[in-house]
Amino acid sequence: MFKIVERRQLAEATHLFRIEAPDIARAHQVGQFIIVHASEHSERLPLSVADVDPQAGTLTIVVQVLGHSSQELTLFEQGEGFRDVVGPLGQPTHIENFGQAAFVGGGVGCAAGFLMAKALKAAGNYVTSIIGFRTKELIIFEDELRQISDELLVTTDDGSYGKPGLVTEALSEALDAPGLDFVLTVGPVPMMAAVAHTTEPYGVKTVASLNPIMVDGTGMCGACRVTVGGETRFACVDGPEFDAHQVDFDELAARLKMYSGQEREAMAHGPHDCKLDPVIDKFNEG
Amino acid sequence: MDAKERMHIPYQEMPEQPASERVHNFDEVNQGYSEQQALAEADRCLQCKKAPCREGCPVNIDIPGFIAMLREKKFAEAAAKIHKDNSFPAICGRVCPQERQCQAVCVVGKKGEAVGIGHLERFLGDWLMAHEDDEGVHTGSAQQPAPTGRKVAVVGSGPSSLTVAGELARKGHEVTIFEALHTPGGVMVFGIPQFRLPKEIVAWEIGQLAHVGVEIRTNMVIGKTLTVDQLMEAQGYDAVFLGLGAGSPIFMGLPGENLRGVYSANEFLTRVNLMHAYRDDYDTPIRKARRVAVVGGGNTAMDASRCAIRLGAEQVTLVYRRSRVEMPARIEEIRHAEEEGLNFQFLTNPVRFLGKEDVEGMECIRMELGEPGRDGRRRPQPIEGSEFVIEADQVIIAIGARVSPLAPLAAAGAQLDDRGHIITDPETLATTRPGVFAGGDVIGSEETIIAAMRDGRKAARAIDQYLSTRSS
Ligand SMILES: Cc1cc2nc3c(=O)[nH]c(=O)nc-3n(C[C@H](O)[C@H](O)[C@H](O)COP(=O)(O)OP(=O)(O)OC[C@H]3O[C@@H](n4cnc5c(N)ncnc54)[C@H](O)[C@@H]3O)c2cc1C
Ligand SMILES: Cc1cc2nc3c(=O)[nH]c(=O)nc-3n(C[C@H](O)[C@H](O)[C@H](O)COP(=O)(O)OP(=O)(O)OC[C@H]3O[C@@H](n4cnc5c(N)ncnc54)[C@H](O)[C@@H]3O)c2cc1C
Ligand code: SF4
Ligand code: SF4
Ligand code: FES
Repeated sequence: MFKIVERRQLAEATHLFRIEAPDIARAHQVGQFIIVHASEHSERLPLSVADVDPQAGTLTIVVQVLGHSSQELTLFEQGEGFRDVVGPLGQPTHIENFGQAAFVGGGVGCAAGFLMAKALKAAGNYVTSIIGFRTKELIIFEDELRQISDELLVTTDDGSYGKPGLVTEALSEALDAPGLDFVLTVGPVPMMAAVAHTTEPYGVKTVASLNPIMVDGTGMCGACRVTVGGETRFACVDGPEFDAHQVDFDELAARLKMYSGQEREAMAHGPHDCKLDPVIDKFNEG
Repeated sequence: MDAKERMHIPYQEMPEQPASERVHNFDEVNQGYSEQQALAEADRCLQCKKAPCREGCPVNIDIPGFIAMLREKKFAEAAAKIHKDNSFPAICGRVCPQERQCQAVCVVGKKGEAVGIGHLERFLGDWLMAHEDDEGVHTGSAQQPAPTGRKVAVVGSGPSSLTVAGELARKGHEVTIFEALHTPGGVMVFGIPQFRLPKEIVAWEIGQLAHVGVEIRTNMVIGKTLTVDQLMEAQGYDAVFLGLGAGSPIFMGLPGENLRGVYSANEFLTRVNLMHAYRDDYDTPIRKARRVAVVGGGNTAMDASRCAIRLGAEQVTLVYRRSRVEMPARIEEIRHAEEEGLNFQFLTNPVRFLGKEDVEGMECIRMELGEPGRDGRRRPQPIEGSEFVIEADQVIIAIGARVSPLAPLAAAGAQLDDRGHIITDPETLATTRPGVFAGGDVIGSEETIIAAMRDGRKAARAIDQYLSTRSS
């Protein structure tokens, strides 16, 4: 049992959990993820580590409710525990002093990429964080990222906060001013694809942290396979970070919909139907 | 009874769930011998002096010996005889490829059906589980040895690891199993389906380990969560056994392989078995398909096909590039699959997968067998121009597996060969790193449960020796 020592809602359908997992907290390196298997009957959900405290032996995860399984996590209260948490999985982020680096985050990816941006800053980079959300109510990790960034830009699709528009527009401006050496992006697949598309003509090295469907997270099933540079790679052991200019994002987006038909069924008939349903519908449409 | 009379006793057929019923459930297909059947089958054994069957068994079980006990209804003694060489009779009796091992060389089998050694072994294994609390019955967990103060870390929880753990705990060593998944048991739990090997049996064997003080820590990926260095240096483990298996799926590298609906057998079986996708009370998603194509010819391909049938597919087609006689799967599995309606396409190989986002079909080519290759098996070669399409909304690739990409990390300096197997001394199963031993599929053993178990016994002896010679 992995005890939840803190739990709070950060934004609409976005929840933070701090979990006791001393072995993982001690071993974790920036960029590595964990898998949470909430109960015997649950799916195994891969989740990024938004923060870690090796002394306290705790990990922080931020979960966005998308489907049945992410919703199920939100039924767990502080003091309760998840049945299984395994990790740290995947390769650590390659961190070096590139010079000027941009972190481009979208939605829950802003939490997922927080430690990476922080590590880039610690390595001596001038870090510009560009974070985007659909609307003001969904903004998370703004203060955390502001603290570790040299510059922070917030965009909202509907213009309700910060700069109106998409992160890629703000990124284009940053690319037009000379000097950007490295871009790291974490967020929804269409956003990461757009980021890769935006930086490619500038020849700026761009890394994306991919989020395919996974089962074991140890290279045993191949569910997480992604095409990078024309080759099949297992994101759980070879990634999750890859050269964004080489990733086949269309394939990734398609594979993420592997179970979308079934998922709707589970959402409709599942045992955990709850007040969040309308919210989820909105997310699935959005 | 003389030999002639014995030869006239009819082979006792294993009672089975009828095919028409079992395709709708995941309950065990084979129902097990009744006591009467077991006694009748035991009577067919000629008690050969040279007992070729023993040579055929990878662990040389005293087969005539246990059969003789069984005939006298001394079931506990008979089971104990098997236990001397095989820790898991209820498991091996069910899933050993007997027709290639003990039963292949049984004298009775020369003229008719070989003695059902596996079925008898299963009978005794099951008897033991049912009578574990009876007086005078030893399940192997009864003795409580004096603690030696030595600690052994066992990585993985497949048959090799469970054997090492049991053997060493019974010698008084403190044993901890570290398993990456959330349930222990290895392939016996995530690969082999319930209808062939009920999980309750594996759980019972694991329960026996708890009785002798073995601690099992799940969710521990050695090389990631903890390293062998940490185990040996910081946590005081005196020796380590690596039973990592060889579970990383091989894909074919064909166009369209990443279309939705194309699975590795490992993913498909893990979802079905470990994650119980076939049960409504589990959240595990799996694509329900109408027409399924399975590629391969081994046990994995059979298990995947038979699971697909049970999940309700209208048509399941097995595509294998050689012919029926070359299929490496257990004969019983092939027969059962056929009865359940599996459609076999021999001498056929996929060339690409068709579809836009979801797989819609598989283009195949016919093969013919050419000259024998280096392994002595005739090499399949494509017949040009023979391409055709099998319609399928699900494809399961079961052409084999290799050592996990995490193995080098887990092995922590122990050397691997060019195929990724951990290199071991054939006698002691010691790796090139002192104090670290390995066995089972990760060292390239025969890919059977009994071979993994044999490795476990061998390594346990060597580890015990190693611990006793080390000054405290
Ligand atoms: C390495 C890694 C790190 C991750 N980190 C986080 C994290 O920090 N926080 C977090 O909330 N999620 C994270 N995810 C995604 C998470 O694991 C789940 O896949 C996601 O929450 C959907 O789960 P679900 O079962 O509730 O939804 P599903 O039932 O799987 O899907 C609901 C809808 O969401 C879409 N969808 C499914 N999976 C994803 C996905 N991975 N990304 C985007 N859309 C998807 C589907 O197409 C579907 O329409 C990560 C994934 C990976 C592989
Ligand atoms: C579908 C299928 C059907 C089969 N059918 C039969 C059959 O009918 N008869 C037969 O005799 N054989 C069969 N086999 C083969 C047999 O199951 C294997 O040969 C046997 O299980 C190998 O045992 P093992 O001890 O090497 O470990 P495995 O059973 O392979 O288990 C290895 C374990 O180690 C764990 N692990 C791996 N890396 C790490 C790590 N770094 N840290 C912690 N844990 C780790 C894995 O999660 C796994 O649980 C079948 C195999 C498959 C896949
Ligand atoms: S362990 Fe397997 S090979 Fe040996 S006697 Fe039993 S069934 Fe036969
Ligand atoms: S070879 Fe067959 S008949 Fe002879 S002892 Fe073995 S099982 Fe009995
Ligand atoms: S999640 Fe199974 S191989 Fe990556």
